[in-house]
Amino acid sequence: MSAATETKTEANTKTVENATCTFCGCLCDDMVLTVDVDAHKITKAKNACVLGKALFLSHEEEDRPFALIDGKPATLKEGVEEAAQILTNARFPMFYGMSDTTCEAQRQNVALVDMVGGTIDSTTSVCHGPTGMALQGVGESTATLGEIKNRADLVIYWGGNPAESLPRHFARYAVTAKGMYTPRRKKDRTIVNVDVRRTKSTPVADIFIQVKIGADFELLWALRALVKGRKVAPDIEKRTGVSLETMQDLVERMKNCRYGVLFFGMGLSMTRGRHFNAAAILSLASDLNEYTHFIATPMRGHGNVSGADMVVSWQTGYPFAVNFSRGYPKFNPGEFTATDMFARGDADAGLILAADPGSNFSQYAIDHMKKIPMIVLDPKLTHTAKLAKVAITTSHYGINTGGTAYRSDGVPIELRPCLESKYPSDEEVIRAIYKRVEQLLKAKKKTKSANNKRRKAA
Amino acid sequence: MAETMILIPGRTTKQGVGLIESKFKKQYRVATTTVEVNVEDMARLGLKEGGKVKMRSADGVITVKCTGRKAEDLPPGILFIAYGPPTSKLMGKDTAASGMPLSKHLEVELERVN
Repeated sequence: MSAATETKTEANTKTVENATCTFCGCLCDDMVLTVDVDAHKITKAKNACVLGKALFLSHEEEDRPFALIDGKPATLKEGVEEAAQILTNARFPMFYGMSDTTCEAQRQNVALVDMVGGTIDSTTSVCHGPTGMALQGVGESTATLGEIKNRADLVIYWGGNPAESLPRHFARYAVTAKGMYTPRRKKDRTIVNVDVRRTKSTPVADIFIQVKIGADFELLWALRALVKGRKVAPDIEKRTGVSLETMQDLVERMKNCRYGVLFFGMGLSMTRGRHFNAAAILSLASDLNEYTHFIATPMRGHGNVSGADMVVSWQTGYPFAVNFSRGYPKFNPGEFTATDMFARGDADAGLILAADPGSNFSQYAIDHMKKIPMIVLDPKLTHTAKLAKVAITTSHYGINTGGTAYRSDGVPIELRPCLESKYPSDEEVIRAIYKRVEQLLKAKKKTKSANNKRRKAA
Repeated sequence: MAETMILIPGRTTKQGVGLIESKFKKQYRVATTTVEVNVEDMARLGLKEGGKVKMRSADGVITVKCTGRKAEDLPPGILFIAYGPPTSKLMGKDTAASGMPLSKHLEVELERVN
């Protein structure tokens, strides 16, 4: 991380250095953006990967109404009023999303859900939610990506494809990055890729291990047994697709490396076994610390999904799936997770902040979202915005709005916006909704109390 | 003839770039409606490059285009697709009390669409 600088190069052009790309969990903060001030466009994004380039260079502020109510254009004030009315009258509202907004907006969102006694969940639950559950069960041996860059000489990518989802992960942190104790870059590291198929990440690996689909847990457990010196029968290959010799070779490499890291993706958390798979890989890293320094860490997709975990944790004590119905936070994945609450038909209203469950939840959940009043805050028109009762257009975090985001390793990074927007930030809109809901709830309480007094008097 | 296979939805660069542009435009739509199939499976099922296939799970059915992947890259019986609205239709609602629907190990019946 380094300080942002802004230089005006020509009358109509400015350069913003050390800006942060918020597309994925790498949160690369070394962007050099050239902005055509007159055209209100980013014309160059130096250091950006293919996804970052798309994010910055294709950024255009869509000329959308400040709000849509039932699909009809409305003012921001009308949108906020309608949203506040929905939340005040809801009995079991679900607040979901938060992976593509600032920590400041997330914090305000938690305050709002607390006030209305609703349920809050983030995109973590359909990403590395099971990993979060596993962390609570078995703990975590972890490190920052900077430490990994400087020290790791054995890097294992398991069930993830960073070449496509986190394109600068290799060059910035773990494969070709020059580190303090890895000065010869890839020559000082052994790279292993474990996956059910060859992906675009496989060519960077020195060793590719193809595990049978649905057998990650068995492979991890067999590796744990070998690390502990237990016997494993050769027919383990039938179940896992990986020979005992290959496993023994990997175990020797893991035990004898100077600093090892297991990066794991949603190939573990989204498939059969879910939190058991995540617990198995975290436990393997713990076991290996008997021999050397080893860590295991999830690869996170959305720009500030880690921030959502952090903010919800520090405000409620739990990372996601938190309910406030009883006036205090309760954590229960499966019960208070968004996809479950929508698919079961439990939620009677929804507020979606910077996410698009209308395009990636099960059809059962989407069908229910169509039946209840939904509020959406997003810079773009999304599938969820299309089905919403109230859709409020907000500015883009990182490009138009500053604030804080957490990198996938839990390092907070300050965002450096480069373009102004006519639309409000997510934080501003949530604050406005909060203020109005607070007024409405007070009025509701007053009316209820007056009615009670009248009833008693009668 | 339908054959049971395992579908893995996942992220791709094209899908990522497409969603930044717009989920309602061509790049994203093409990326999320093209399924990768092992070439040997394609030959056995009589599927053509770019041809239409139907995928049916216990929860829904979608029709997408198929493209071949070398047998050493994609094992037989395994399908890959960039996740998006079409794959949502194949997902179940049960999360086994985890909050996570089974999203990367979907059992589907694959068949050619004539």
